[in-house]
Amino acid sequence: MADDGMIPGNTKKMTIICTKGTLDWAYPPFILGTTAAAMDVEVTMFFTFYGLGLLDKELDLKVSPLGNPAMEMPMMGMHMGMPNMVGMLPGVTSGATAMMKNMIKKKGVASIEELREAAVLSDVRMIACQMTLDLFEKKKEDMIDGIEIGGAATWMESALQSDINLYM
Amino acid sequence: MADATLDAKGLNCPLPILQAKKSLKDLSNGQTLEILCTDPGSVRDFEAFARATGNRLVDSGEDNGTYRFVLERVC
Repeated sequence: MADDGMIPGNTKKMTIICTKGTLDWAYPPFILGTTAAAMDVEVTMFFTFYGLGLLDKELDLKVSPLGNPAMEMPMMGMHMGMPNMVGMLPGVTSGATAMMKNMIKKKGVASIEELREAAVLSDVRMIACQMTLDLFEKKKEDMIDGIEIGGAATWMESALQSDINLYM
Repeated sequence: MADATLDAKGLNCPLPILQAKKSLKDLSNGQTLEILCTDPGSVRDFEAFARATGNRLVDSGEDNGTYRFVLERVC
């Protein structure tokens, strides 16, 4: 960034397309986005489909073991995957979510709210997908301040000038 | 003696790096920041951070599970 004395025009750029809105999948884009910004990379995050929910003012992210065979949970002193039959029972998603949030706190892992705040403070450019807003009938007022609204071409322009483009 | 100290013990990736960046911004060129961490991944991460940003890692070490880094702000 210019105020850090980097030579203008020499700044590395990265874009991330964020397509997923579950508690687990919210992490990779926000971890890499904030870390890149901390390493003087100019970051653009484009939120589309279920990723758009990551811009909601109030986040209520969940994680489900259903259809997620790699997700193991601590049970009886070991880590076990959960059969889909169990995963579909009422209350399992909220239970799994509470368990993961508990582990997140215990292990000193940042919350998504913290990482998103760090992204805002480090001037990460966040673009909400206009088409997804229309499709899911969402309003800009429901989302955090400071975001832009744009489409595929807005991302493309940014991507063409970037050194790294990730899809998550 | 560093000019500032950041206690990032108990925090996991990427928080030590994010907080170090924030603390470095409050320093002037040539001043040093001491960072204390318990995340073993921070060893490689602070080396990489220093190489990529140009800030100098002037000292580092480990004592009983606590990692210590000293970064000099270079801009």
